[in-house]
Amino acid sequence: MVSLALEGVEARYGRKQILTDASTPEIEGGMLTALVGANAAGKSTLFRRIAGQLRGAGRVRLSGAEAGDLRYMPQDTAMSAALTVYESIILALKQGTGGWRLSPRELAAVDAVLHRFGIDHLAQRQLPELSGGQRQSVSIAQTLVTRPKLVLMDEPTSALDLYRQYEVLEALRRYAEETGAVVILALHDLNQVMRACTTTLALAEGRILATGPTLEVLTPALIRRLYGIDSRVERCSRGCPMMIVDGPAPHPPGQQVGT
Amino acid sequence: MSAVTTNSTSHALDYRAGVARRLAILLSLTGLLVLSVAVDVSLGPARYPLGDVFRTIFAPGAAELQMRVVIWDIRMPMALLAVTVGASLSLAGAQMQTILANPLASPFTLGLSAAASFGAAMAMVLGVALFPAAVELMVPLNAFAMAMAASLLIFGLSTLRGVTVETIVLLGIALVFTFNAALALMQYFASEQALAAVVFWTMGSLTKATWGKVAVTAAILLVCTPLFARRAWALTAIRLGETRAAAMGVPVRRLRLEALLLVSLLAAVPVAFVGTIGFIGIVGPHVARLLLGEDQRFFLPGAMLSGAVILSATSVLSKAILPGAVLPIGIITALVGVPFFAALILTKGRKSW
Ligand SMILES: Nc1ncnc2c1ncn2[C@@H]1O[C@H](COP(=O)(O)OP(=O)(O)OP(=O)(O)O)[C@@H](O)[C@H]1O
Ligand SMILES: [Mg+2]
Repeated sequence: MVSLALEGVEARYGRKQILTDASTPEIEGGMLTALVGANAAGKSTLFRRIAGQLRGAGRVRLSGAEAGDLRYMPQDTAMSAALTVYESIILALKQGTGGWRLSPRELAAVDAVLHRFGIDHLAQRQLPELSGGQRQSVSIAQTLVTRPKLVLMDEPTSALDLYRQYEVLEALRRYAEETGAVVILALHDLNQVMRACTTTLALAEGRILATGPTLEVLTPALIRRLYGIDSRVERCSRGCPMMIVDGPAPHPPGQQVGT
Repeated sequence: MSAVTTNSTSHALDYRAGVARRLAILLSLTGLLVLSVAVDVSLGPARYPLGDVFRTIFAPGAAELQMRVVIWDIRMPMALLAVTVGASLSLAGAQMQTILANPLASPFTLGLSAAASFGAAMAMVLGVALFPAAVELMVPLNAFAMAMAASLLIFGLSTLRGVTVETIVLLGIALVFTFNAALALMQYFASEQALAAVVFWTMGSLTKATWGKVAVTAAILLVCTPLFARRAWALTAIRLGETRAAAMGVPVRRLRLEALLLVSLLAAVPVAFVGTIGFIGIVGPHVARLLLGEDQRFFLPGAMLSGAVILSATSVLSKAILPGAVLPIGIITALVGVPFFAALILTKGRKSW
């Protein structure tokens, strides 16, 4: 089984320090982990730091997988090139290899990932002709076609419609279960988090404030601290936990959203 | 389940069909190139039938002496230089466009041609040889030195932190204006004879072709092409955007620097030999992109082939338009190429740029 742990991870852009001391206990693979936090809390920055695109003090400890097994899906899904969806996924698959030819097994892997995320029908479409949500689905398929053991996805459902959100989260959950991969998703919709993610990391003030089983982390107190929102957790008619928003908290916390 | 299986294999089949289609296009371009070179060799003050041309090329011993000399010593170097120069400039433009994410990037628009013209004019007007050891080669050597200096300046700038592709393109445009102004100043003070030489040089011409020049340009292509080919997947990925390429594990900065260095070499030498042939570096890649898409496995050979075909065909035209005269090839590329190119992108433009 794969697992990941952060020890005092820092990250900065020039002199601007974003993460001061991000530490987590062992994050286990085989299920979905959510990363939540306000805008500009540093979620994308933490992903870039783990992916090795930013350097800084602290350690990213990975067991059961190598650094090469990591795939990071950026928040920005813009892609424009005269390529078909199918070719763009081949591209992700063949990256880092020298060979120009594709084996039947590689083509089967491309087919499988298209099918897994329900975008078979987009295979021969040109990238610039896709809608925003279609592009996001393609981007997810590109990220997972190599079957990575450590997956960081920055807001993978932000452009998806309601049905696709649940479909994609379910496909991601199954992927984690099948491969034992550590899959961390940065998400803003706490209802998605409660429904799909077993574990949650809450990021604020440059560090991980809380880690643990989702419902234990996402308490009304923590949600008020993260977002300045009053809320409570109830159950939907099928038993799923869900968050009801009552409104902005009367005393906004010191941290300002959007800075 | 069976529906899924059929569906899956059909994508793989579609993909294979796409590969076959593009291989067929590459093959046709190659055929076109051979034909164009043969016609190019047959044309001149004396016109030879194509059959005789092929016979002289493949069995030189059997051909009559005069025809052998004309074909082998005069026309073949010219025709082949059109091929190597066209391929080099087009490949250079293609990779500049790729790594700078700009459809207008080319050796011409980034100031390499202007720098080369300035270097050549230095030799012709002022008699300054940047390499005093080889005075008889001072025009091409000066041109090469200045083109290389210009591209190394661009290269040096792009190694600095925080420099974006837009900055690089803007610097290139600034270089064009600077060198053009310097060139104009030199022309203003030049003697009439030197002025004529400079003007003729900047028009671009293949008439000074030699086997040596063919060999040098071919050697550079032979060195650079495999280095690009090894990076084909990464170069294609960069077209998806910097963040996306980085997410796929492409070392974007390093790749960009490596490619810029190769491109400098690839562009500076041909420009030094043939002068300003501005259009190939933009059109060649765009034609290849329209025909083959952006997958570098096809785009890379496609850009070279289309550049070679275009310059070779232009060479044919430059002899055919006014029988007995060889018009400067730089003029023909622009005059004939531009309308053709405009028609092409307006009728078949994909939305990628
Ligand atoms: N390339 C950069 N250069 C300088 N500062 C940056 C850069 N990228 C992000 N920042 C800053 O780092 C902080 C954290 O940004 P980050 O993108 O990690 O936030 P986030 O949690 O992902 O936010 P969001 O929910 O809006 O995506 C912000 O203050 C942002 O302005
Ligand atoms: Mg973000």
